[in-house]
Order: sequence, then C-alpha cells, then structure tokens
Amino acid sequence: MARAQELLACLIARLIADARHVAVGAASPIPATACELLRAQGRPLRITRLHKRHGNPFSEGSRELFDLAGQGRIDYFFLGGAQLDGEANINLVRAAGRRFPGSFGSAFMYFTCRTILLREEHSPRVLVPRVEFVSAPGWSPPDVVRRGGPVALVTGKALFRWQPEKRRFRLESVHPGHTAAEVREATGFEYDAGTVGETAPPTAPELELLRGPVAVAIGSDYPEFARRVWS
Amino acid sequence: MDAVRALIRRKITGLKLLGVPVLGLCADLLIGAGCVSEVHSSAVSLGEAGLAPRFTDAAERADITVVDYTCPAVHTALQATEKGVPYMPLRGVLGSDLVGAHADWQVAQNPFAGGADPILLVAAIAPDVALFHARWADEAGNVWVGRRRELATVAHAARHTYVTVEEFRAGDMLEDELLAPGVIGATYVSGTARAERGAWPLGVAGVYGIDDTHLAMYAKAARTREGFEQYLREFVWQERKSSLPA
Repeated sequence: MARAQELLACLIARLIADARHVAVGAASPIPATACELLRAQGRPLRITRLHKRHGNPFSEGSRELFDLAGQGRIDYFFLGGAQLDGEANINLVRAAGRRFPGSFGSAFMYFTCRTILLREEHSPRVLVPRVEFVSAPGWSPPDVVRRGGPVALVTGKALFRWQPEKRRFRLESVHPGHTAAEVREATGFEYDAGTVGETAPPTAPELELLRGPVAVAIGSDYPEFARRVWS
Repeated sequence: MDAVRALIRRKITGLKLLGVPVLGLCADLLIGAGCVSEVHSSAVSLGEAGLAPRFTDAAERADITVVDYTCPAVHTALQATEKGVPYMPLRGVLGSDLVGAHADWQVAQNPFAGGADPILLVAAIAPDVALFHARWADEAGNVWVGRRRELATVAHAARHTYVTVEEFRAGDMLEDELLAPGVIGATYVSGTARAERGAWPLGVAGVYGIDDTHLAMYAKAARTREGFEQYLREFVWQERKSSLPA
C-alpha cells in the first residue's frame, strides 16, 4: 500500500516526465522525491537543489538561479502558497490576518518555468475564490512576455489540470480514498469537472525504487521527511 | 551573528533591514529586541525551523513596516548600484501585487521591441551598510566569501561594509589565483573584526554547520514574548555560546 507522499511523488514524476532540468527548493521533499524517482528510472534529469545542507549548485551566488531561469534553462519549478485561487494566483504574504514569510522568488519563477503547484492541505481555507494578495499571477495578458506558468495543481486529495485558454482548472483525478463530491466540498474556487478518474497509485516497480535508492538519495537533504515516510 | 548580538546589546533602534534576498534569524532577533522599524525583504523565515516568530508577530501587530520584494528584484536593484546606473529591467513580476506597493518600481515599454512589451524597471538600491560574517580577512583588508557572490554584490553596492570573520590570514588573498575569485577587494571593505564561530547558531560553509537543535529551540521559545526575552537573557545579554566543541 503506497503512502500518501509516495502517491504524490509518483503523480508529480509523471507530470514532469519530459523535464531535462528541474530546480527544487528547501521545503519541497515531495518534488525532490519525484525527481529522484525519474533519475532512478534512468532518465537523464538534471536536478538543481536550492538548499542542500552541504554546498550548493551555484558559483555566482543566489542570483544564479534566477539568471538560469530567466534564460529558460530550467524546465520545471514547484510553488505552493498560503492561498491559491481558481485563476492559479498564489499568495505567500498574508491571509486571514496572518503574516506568512513572503513571496521569495515566486513572482519571477512562475513566469519563467513550467510550474507544478503543490499544496497538501486541500481545504476552503487554502483553495479560495480570490487570494488576498497576489504574490505571483496565474496568467498574464498576451503582451506580457511569459514562458512559464501553471501546469497542474496537486493536493492531498486531487489533481487539477490548468487550462490556459480558459484560465481555469479542470479536475482530472481524485486520489484513492477520496471522491469528486468531497473535492468539490473542500475547494473554495470554481473549476471544470468532466469525467473524473482516480489518480493511478504507484506501481510495484515505482514503489520498489522509492523505498530503495530514492529513499537513500532523499535522506541526506530531507532527513526528517525520509524518516517519516520510509522508516 | 556576533555583530547582531552586539547591536542588540547597544540597544540600537530604527534599523531598516534589507534582505539579500531573504532574512532569517538575525532579523528575527533584531525585530524581537526592538531594534527595527522597517523590513524590506523577499521573505523572513527560519528555513527548516519554520516561521520567524518575532517577525510574524511584529508584522501582524503592525509594529514594523514591511515592504515585500521578490528575490531577483533585490539582486537586480543592488546590481544596478554596482554598475552605477539608476535602474535595471527585470522580466516577470507584472501582475503581482508587489508592483503596486513599490514607488521604486515602474512598468515601462521595452524601447527595443517592435510591438507592445511591458517590462518592470527596478530602481537601484544603495544600502548605507552591508553587514555579514565571512571566513577570512587578510592583511591587505580583503575579505573572502567564496561563492556567496550576493555578499560581494551587496558590498559593492553599500556605502560601508563591515565584516566579522572566522580568522585573519597573513598576506594578500588577491595574489592567490585560487582564492581571488572568492574575494571582496579591500576597496569595498570599511572594517573587519575577528569573531570566531561568529555565525553561530548559523553556519559557515566548510567550517561548521547550522546548529539545528539551537534553532529549533529558538523557534519554539520565541513564539511568546516571554520566551524570547528569556532567550535574550540567556544567549545575548550573557554572551553565552554553544557548549558544543568547535
């Protein structure tokens, strides 16, 4: 039986299967797991880890990430938020009177990389009709140069695909143990839903890789996470 | 960090902090101790130890003014000062609520584009003081920061740069081909002081790591004003350092 984090990592790995270069941030053990899974499957994926405990991938300081992304040298990035809305706007600044750390590089990275939005909490508190503060907008008018943007929103309950022409999410699948009705109840924004499938659980070979070489690779940078999921 | 603790003991007030590009424990201590009036940063957090509790509390109570940035805008604003130009363009950001909150940012047309091409212009930032900790300073007044080039950028952009260092070295590091690429030349350095393990409880790459246990203890203690005051009494006013061997 796959654990929740394993399911999300496999789901993300399938979403970014065409990636050549992915940047992964500090609070992103699940995306990091997805990337390590792709590598364990033999894909020649370059992973730039932004907050390795020892060393870092750059020699030009912390601006190098943004220079790389600005040139289009990073295919995928991952963002979350205190709030996300149905137009894929994200808010990392303030919500319901509470202050959050801040926007980090989101207002730039969202424009430059294909972006997987990941937020495990799937509730009306997080998935809101309209974010209180736009750290980074989900879409831009046609005259604004923008290479990147949302690809999908992954939560603990479901997978939504972003529809750029409609500027709206479509519910693609619900994870095992959840229902489309439950997702509707827990989502504060409007979205399309046609035929909603069930998210495919990890296969036996995927689980074997996750619990073998991937768990080892993740343990060095995300020890707490690795302990929680695999011990 | 030793310099931060010294600033708190000096009971300095009215500091405006600029995160390059983010802030963490140093800012949280200064904010909690009442040293800070404004925070300009892309984020303030304790990283894996979670939210910066004194920043969060002060921001929610509006005890401090917070001006939100996004990381590359900070780098760009400092690089403009490095080059002596009044502003630099930056892609992205348009449509973010950050833009409306910045009198020092403007949206303009790219003059080289054939059609409409709005682009963000970020005004140069020249900090009064750059303050950081590094591994070495030498007899020539140079400082070695290795590949942490954002420290070089802020030193180039600031009017004054003060650096605490783990160790002083004999000679001139600019004469050493292997060290020179990681050096900030003495031209930019106003003053240095020795502070062994001066980054503690943060780390210095290749010398000592972050004291995670201490950081987690701080994150918990500083959730309340009383807990924070107790922390200051124990670790700032008393100048106590880690009991761990160096």
